[in-house]
Amino acid sequence: MSETITADVADQPGATPATAERQQEAATRKASSIEMQGLHKRFGRDTVALDGVDLEIQAGEFFTLLGPSGCGKTTLLRILAGLEEPDAGSLVVGGKTVTEVPPHRRSVNTVFQSYALFPHLSVRENLAFGLKMRGLPAAKRNAKVDEIAGFIKLGDLVERRVDQLSGGQRQRIALARALVCEPDVLLLDEPLSALDAGLRSQLQVELLRVQKRLGMTFVFVTHDQQEAMVMSDRIAVLNGGNIQQVGAPREVYERPVNAFVARFMGHDNLYPVSARHGDRLSTALGELTAEEGGEGELLLIRPETLDLLPGAVEGANHLQAVVAERLYRGSHAEFRLEIGETTLQATVNNRGRHLPDVGDRVTVVVAPEDLVTLGE
Amino acid sequence: MSYTGVTPTARSRAMVREARHLLFTVAPGASWIIVFLVLPSAYLMGVAFMSNGPYGLPEMPLSLESFKRLAGFGFLGWSPGNLYTLLRSLWQTLISTGLVVLVAYPIAYYITTCREKWRPIMLLLVVVPSWTNQVIRTFGWMNLLAPGTPLSGLAESLGLIAPNMGLYPSNFAVTLGLVYNFLPFMVLPLYAAFEKLDTAQVEAAQDLYASPVRAFWHAVFPQTLPGLLAGIVLVAIPAFGMYVIPELLGGGKGMMLGNLVATQFSGGANWPLGAAGAILMLIATFVGLFAMRRIGKRLGGGEEVVI
Repeated sequence: MSETITADVADQPGATPATAERQQEAATRKASSIEMQGLHKRFGRDTVALDGVDLEIQAGEFFTLLGPSGCGKTTLLRILAGLEEPDAGSLVVGGKTVTEVPPHRRSVNTVFQSYALFPHLSVRENLAFGLKMRGLPAAKRNAKVDEIAGFIKLGDLVERRVDQLSGGQRQRIALARALVCEPDVLLLDEPLSALDAGLRSQLQVELLRVQKRLGMTFVFVTHDQQEAMVMSDRIAVLNGGNIQQVGAPREVYERPVNAFVARFMGHDNLYPVSARHGDRLSTALGELTAEEGGEGELLLIRPETLDLLPGAVEGANHLQAVVAERLYRGSHAEFRLEIGETTLQATVNNRGRHLPDVGDRVTVVVAPEDLVTLGE
Repeated sequence: MSYTGVTPTARSRAMVREARHLLFTVAPGASWIIVFLVLPSAYLMGVAFMSNGPYGLPEMPLSLESFKRLAGFGFLGWSPGNLYTLLRSLWQTLISTGLVVLVAYPIAYYITTCREKWRPIMLLLVVVPSWTNQVIRTFGWMNLLAPGTPLSGLAESLGLIAPNMGLYPSNFAVTLGLVYNFLPFMVLPLYAAFEKLDTAQVEAAQDLYASPVRAFWHAVFPQTLPGLLAGIVLVAIPAFGMYVIPELLGGGKGMMLGNLVATQFSGGANWPLGAAGAILMLIATFVGLFAMRRIGKRLGGGEEVVI
């Protein structure tokens, strides 16, 4: 079996209109919202994993917990699964308080980072495990396993042993093993982090399609902001056991609320605002006019919003710069520009026009509507 | 390995080098095994097929007499004595190995739950008794279980044994001695298995609706199976051939196959019979090992469980 299959579930032969309808129905019935209130978790005496997390996740949402390692995202996911009990706070899934319900009594299933497949069982037995534990008779189990294996296009693997599978296949089996139980909420703990880049982006698309098709609530944990932006309806950025920002990918990327979120989303162009007169901001780059100056003490300039003009051009929000470095990436080029003592990153789409060289003098045009200020 | 395309001198030099490697690495161990295991075993095999001489020493001609005697056919017709000894050996092995598993499994698990710095100490506590001579430890049990000791008194007052009989000598004392003696051999491989336990599998089982008991059975137990099987082999095989413990704790009633064999080479003096008994033990051991491999393969989902 090759790795190049995409589970384009719509034209999937097993998904006859009847089963599709049934799945749709199951999905609308099953999707659950999640409410977390004041979740605290501490490991040992000094390690604070969660420091009061309040979060609401809508039914049917693809929600991502994003943050660096140690930010508490995995702990939060484990509390959702019931594998960890919070020290304080409450957790409501689908309208029911489940804070103290053990994992085997929660209609929540997890795709583990290491997949955690049972090596002594066949793929079929792995897929049937949850159904078996819930006491489903063998005939029904088999039917459901075959259905899910068809759904993720791994039907021909079910009689194999786990150690005969590739990484991508294991990942799909781990997903299918959780999905086959039709949980209210599916939790995914960095499920793609062990895969190479190509397979990873392919499975991102696949996962997204599965979620949209089933309409199930997905809670996804990752440290990769690109992945988070591709997949999510909404993202919560965590740091130090606290939620920094919750919002749609564009909101979090384009309007980060603080320096941590901005840096984590990949922004480097952050400049302290030394003085402001209305919407005129003084920074190390010089004076810039922003459409909405806001209150924040840091100015964020996104590299892709900048335009570069050859030579020195005078004008409002025009900055004179020298190209210090150019990274040509094919579709675009990244520039490190020097403006006096300060550096500024700019990304320019490659439309086949002239790209400035290292040492060239250029003028950076900053659009007022693209400037954002944020708190420290 | 092929040396094609290499000049003859280079080839012969390489062969000499390889021979020297073998000489220094394999030869010492191999010669030890040949001199002290293979040759004596071959000699014993030969002895088993010889006749019993007047002083119990082997003599010509070759005969199957000792195997007949071993099977219970004597001058006075068939007697079940040896069969009983064989069955008792198997039974004692089974019971004591089973009990060792029951005692060792929770101990091994408990040690892995301890803080990392305590674990070597806990393991040491398990192993230390086995550094004392086995005979001395067994004498210790004799003193603890003899008639008139507090333990025997307790058993008496509970009506478990007849008055003034004592817990020793008895089959019970032999079982106890075997369990005590072999405990470390089960704890160590089980501990190794527990230490590398993949907890994600256990969590996955819980996540997939397995109650704690079922999570144990489906996600913990299979992972400890290689350690368990290794432990069973380490315990059952020496227990089956045990000589000292049944000799000291069993009295006349607790004789095991090892004692039967030993007697033929000392007091009873019938070397061919003793040799035949030794061969029987060897065969039983190999049958047991083979059975364990099969069990391991089946339970391990077709995977090779290394013993």
